[in-house]
Amino acid sequence: MKKKLLSMQPDIEPILKMNEPYTPVPEDFEKAAESEKESFITKAKSVSYWADAWRRLRKNKVAMVALVVIIMLFLFAFIGPLFTNYSYSIQMRGEENWPPFWEKPSDSVLRKAEQDGITFNKWLHPLGTDNLGRDNLTRLMYGTRISLSIGIVATLIVVIIGSIVGSIAGYAGGAVDVVIMRITEIIYSVPDILIVLLLSTALKATLTEYINSSTGWWPQFLNTLGGNLVGIFITFGLIYWVSMSRIIRGQVLMLKQQEYVTAARALGASSGRIIKRHLLPNCIGQLVVTACLQIPSAIFLESFLSFLGMGVSAPLTSLGSMASDGLSGLYTYPYRLVVPAVILSVLILSFNLFGDGLRDALDPRLKK
Amino acid sequence: MEEKKTKLLEVKDLRVSFFTPAGEVKAVGGISYDLNDGEVMGIVGESGSGKSVEAYSIIGLLQSPGKVVGGSILFEGENVLEFSEQRMRNFRGNEVSMIFQNPMTCLNPVYTIGNQLIEALRCHNAEVTHKEAYDRAREMLELVGIHDSARRMKQYPHELSGGMRQRVMIAMGLICSPKLLIADEPTTALDVTIQAQILELMKDIRQKTGMAIIFITHNLGVVADICDKISVMYAGKIVEQGSVDEIFYNPSHPYTKGLLRSMPRVDAEQYERLIPIEGTPVDMLNPPEGCPFGPRCEHCMKVCLKHNPPNISISDGHTAACWLLSMPKKEGE
Amino acid sequence: MAGYLIKRVLMALLALLIITCVTFVVMNLVPGGPFLSEKAPSPEVLAALEAKYGLDKPLGEQLVNYLKDLLHGDLGVSFRMQKNRPVTTIIGEMFPISAKVGVFAVLNAVILGIPLGCLAAYNRGKPIDSILRVIMTLGISIPSFVVATLLLVLFSVNLKILPGTGLASWKNYLMPCFALSFYPMCYIGRMTRSSMLDAINADYIRTARAKGLPSRRIIFKHALRNSLIPVVTYIGPMTAYILSGGFVVETVFSIPGLGRYFIQSILNRDYPIIMGTTIFLAAFVIVMNLLVDVLYKVIDPRITLGSGGEA
Repeated sequence: MKKKLLSMQPDIEPILKMNEPYTPVPEDFEKAAESEKESFITKAKSVSYWADAWRRLRKNKVAMVALVVIIMLFLFAFIGPLFTNYSYSIQMRGEENWPPFWEKPSDSVLRKAEQDGITFNKWLHPLGTDNLGRDNLTRLMYGTRISLSIGIVATLIVVIIGSIVGSIAGYAGGAVDVVIMRITEIIYSVPDILIVLLLSTALKATLTEYINSSTGWWPQFLNTLGGNLVGIFITFGLIYWVSMSRIIRGQVLMLKQQEYVTAARALGASSGRIIKRHLLPNCIGQLVVTACLQIPSAIFLESFLSFLGMGVSAPLTSLGSMASDGLSGLYTYPYRLVVPAVILSVLILSFNLFGDGLRDALDPRLKK
Repeated sequence: MEEKKTKLLEVKDLRVSFFTPAGEVKAVGGISYDLNDGEVMGIVGESGSGKSVEAYSIIGLLQSPGKVVGGSILFEGENVLEFSEQRMRNFRGNEVSMIFQNPMTCLNPVYTIGNQLIEALRCHNAEVTHKEAYDRAREMLELVGIHDSARRMKQYPHELSGGMRQRVMIAMGLICSPKLLIADEPTTALDVTIQAQILELMKDIRQKTGMAIIFITHNLGVVADICDKISVMYAGKIVEQGSVDEIFYNPSHPYTKGLLRSMPRVDAEQYERLIPIEGTPVDMLNPPEGCPFGPRCEHCMKVCLKHNPPNISISDGHTAACWLLSMPKKEGE
Repeated sequence: MAGYLIKRVLMALLALLIITCVTFVVMNLVPGGPFLSEKAPSPEVLAALEAKYGLDKPLGEQLVNYLKDLLHGDLGVSFRMQKNRPVTTIIGEMFPISAKVGVFAVLNAVILGIPLGCLAAYNRGKPIDSILRVIMTLGISIPSFVVATLLLVLFSVNLKILPGTGLASWKNYLMPCFALSFYPMCYIGRMTRSSMLDAINADYIRTARAKGLPSRRIIFKHALRNSLIPVVTYIGPMTAYILSGGFVVETVFSIPGLGRYFIQSILNRDYPIIMGTTIFLAAFVIVMNLLVDVLYKVIDPRITLGSGGEA
């Protein structure tokens, strides 16, 4: 059957031909050269672990959106303050309690502004001001900055302590391991928030006392950081290394028994080389994922403390303490609570989603 | 043949593909075979040759992204691939049952052996009382050589050794008296001595029950003793098919020959060396156009790299897919 | 089994002792005693007060005295908030209120969380799974004070259908319980989903399918029981979470429970109450953890409690 001209029927003649068995001609039975065989094998592309992980991560739309949100919040927190004319602590007389741009200013606000010789312009403070006349948008930027910094610094501390303790426990084994594991078990069984509350309250007072009463570069340095910020870092470091160290220890123990480590040792590799070449590359995935999931929980906890009035102290602010401030004026200025609460939730959500995506991407078990 | 055996299973041009993110993998690329009542067939092939996938499609256990894309599987004349979910459920375990490679993980760790055995029987025979099912389960345990069955019934899987668990798995497979048992590498994960025991048990059961068995393995030596016929699979295709004698004494495909040469034999000359098959299996994502074994084949010819060889019949029931068999005889040779 | 239990109880007691000591030392390190802050009393009054409460003795002796009293179930008396009332009485008054809210929250979390996780796992990769996953991730991302305050704004301030403070009727319990249970519910949902997926891909599920069991039975009998094991381990940490979540939720909804009182006592530096509550709550969580470990044994026959306490 010949295909009719201009027919929409697909031309299946060549396709049908594929089904016919091939009748070999005599030349076909000549022996093939080795080189022909070689070129015949199509090599599967080998992809490196990280390239492969990145490929999978990029395919995960949710994680990529989360990453974009995280980057935008970073820009908001660290680049944003360069574009505002205010600082987080400056109080502007006559500009108290200005509403955000979507609300009409009340008469009392206008009257107060008039008294102090200021003309109301809603774009002067797009998100309004608080009851002390501080620009909400600027404070929000600094609050986000503080929350992000706490998340990252606390996580760094946790990762460092956790991996050191964990690898010591796993690598040394024996009595050292038993003692360290008992300690982690005890810390594990203790309700963490209770201890965090207690420690941060105590440390806040102690550090403030220390900073106020002594001189030198160290207290000065602590003072620029803020006493209770340092207190929060120390508390986090003391409590949260536990889970990280358990992960690292588990990995070390598993890898210690793995054949390739035995093989490496049999070949005369030193401990340092084993750690560098075999342990770390295998741990790093879990390390990165755990760290990435630790950041949101640190932010979470800080906001919790700040909300209860035990976090960063005024005039410095964090998203949690802004929400806490908002709570008192809940009935008249609900946006003061809602806006930082939403930013905080979006921030934690993005880190969690990104961390989930990272875990899926780095987990070679799902590689199929 | 004098006695006319009834056809139990007829697989025609079965094709199974896995749709992975990287592309379609043709795990099984058109295989056909028959199995008669009470016959034992061995399917031999290396890992990734598609032998387990083929078995899973018979019993409807293919997991996404795997999919049967063509062909048919007739069980007593009915096409298994067209079964409704309900019919399939009744078919599995009742008419065909399957035992798996790793007995350590195949039993549910949180239920007793007895619970799992009784469940297997009662889900197909609702009218059987618990007492009857219990007795039947104990009977099955005795059959597979577990003698303190009353105690074993109350134990959890982790309290049993690997060999024991595989016996339990076999008992579970037999409890509904299926017509066909598919054994997917039942001995691979076990110690050599236990392997021999399980093989002995399978032979024994075959004699006692007379059911058909498909025995999947990568070890040609394992099947010699127990099977009536053998299919050799390579890269998703059956490259040679025939009775045990034909495969062992008149192998016609270079791959089968290679397998036989790589196998240690008791009757070997003292210093005979084992010869491995060189090279690695093809990349199933980008299978070559010609014979998949071509690149590893010592007899590889030009045609082998361009065209897939047809199935060529050597004698009744013995076929092989190799261009060598259709090579024109040269004069003087 | 007995040996394991004894070991676990000893560990728990040790943990409790350490917490007591740490709390005691930390509290005493804080500069500025309880009588200093507002109106500074005269030195004589201060000395008399310190002598009365035993604060003039060396720290070590104070600690030993405190531990001795603790053995008799005496947690001291309040310094400031409810002057001279025994801390145990205060806890006895406040804890039942917190516990009532907490128990409802736990029930809500478990009863809703597990089915949601199963639903997501069962529909893996389908839109319903994606939606549930986002909701559950949202749930573990929103701090409880945000949930609590948003609920308050919505239902109490704007819609005015639920009372915002106190515990007068059953309606009062709705918002605090939901706010408290949202995080653990989502956490349990995520956990159930992932352990369910693990279970579904396990070899024994393949066996169950090969046996020809109906899929409902496979899910409910074979997969669920295995996947609930990790969820059970979460009950311990969940108790701790509900307790600490209570701090915030009770503050937001003005519930006169132990959590709110604890926060107030920290802000007021009422040492005996801070210490008493810390020890009480820590003991509660530790006992819960202990119970969970034993429960674990009941569900999973593979765990042999005799050989070491490695989790």
